[in-house]
Amino acid sequence: MEIFLTYLKVFAVGGLVCSVGQILINKTRMTSARVLVTFLLAGALLEAVGLFRYIEEFGKAGITIPITGFGKSLAAGAIEGAKLGLYQACTGGLAAVAAGLTAAIAFGFIIALISKSKPKST
Amino acid sequence: MQMDKKEYGELVKETTPKTKEGKTILCAFAIGGLICMIGQAFSDLLKVLLPAFDDKKIGALTGVVMIFLGSLLTGLGVYDKIGYYAGAGSVLPITGFANSVVSPAIEYNKEGIVFGLMAKMFSIAGPVIVSGVCASVVIGVVYYIIGLF
Repeated sequence: MEIFLTYLKVFAVGGLVCSVGQILINKTRMTSARVLVTFLLAGALLEAVGLFRYIEEFGKAGITIPITGFGKSLAAGAIEGAKLGLYQACTGGLAAVAAGLTAAIAFGFIIALISKSKPKST
Repeated sequence: MQMDKKEYGELVKETTPKTKEGKTILCAFAIGGLICMIGQAFSDLLKVLLPAFDDKKIGALTGVVMIFLGSLLTGLGVYDKIGYYAGAGSVLPITGFANSVVSPAIEYNKEGIVFGLMAKMFSIAGPVIVSGVCASVVIGVVYYIIGLF
């Protein structure tokens, strides 16, 4: 029963994040790149002021799977690095998202290489 | 590579799924929530399969799995069909980030591997990475300076 409740929370938080994004697209005609940047920075900012962990405790993957989680990892890595020194403060962010970024680039390259361009279906 | 604002806007408009207003918000909620639940399921599964990994590594690996799925579904042409209905529900999850990398890469593959595929890969993901890395450096340096006192 508890696992059901967890997944319900994940669904609710994840859905809420995405519907806020959709409202932004509908109201301001924002492009997807701008929406992604906005939510990434929002995630990083929430982590920087220490609020992200409370949302994460409640919504789990609902807030970490959207791009806000990517921003959170960047900020968290930088904050952790800042404890060690200035060098790690600058490199910590990228180091924290190294896995995801490498996956996006490597998988993206391979899959784009073997996929054929399809005519746009509307 | 130089691209003016209009060209860039057109490119984004082309890659953004066209959606009608109204029930778009509900669709975004349902599909966005569903993708997050799939992510949670992979996270729970990885935790069972790899008990030695800490939460941070599990989180990163979950991201890798979701990015792989997003790239694969984009390559198969399925993700764009989902995006037609889901709008932001398919853009905001990390699978949408993967989609934004793979989709232009496939489209410009015909212009050559270096200046087509490799360069255009970042036409949407580029701004995301640049803003994210710059923000992380600012946050890191601010925290470092605060830590000095």
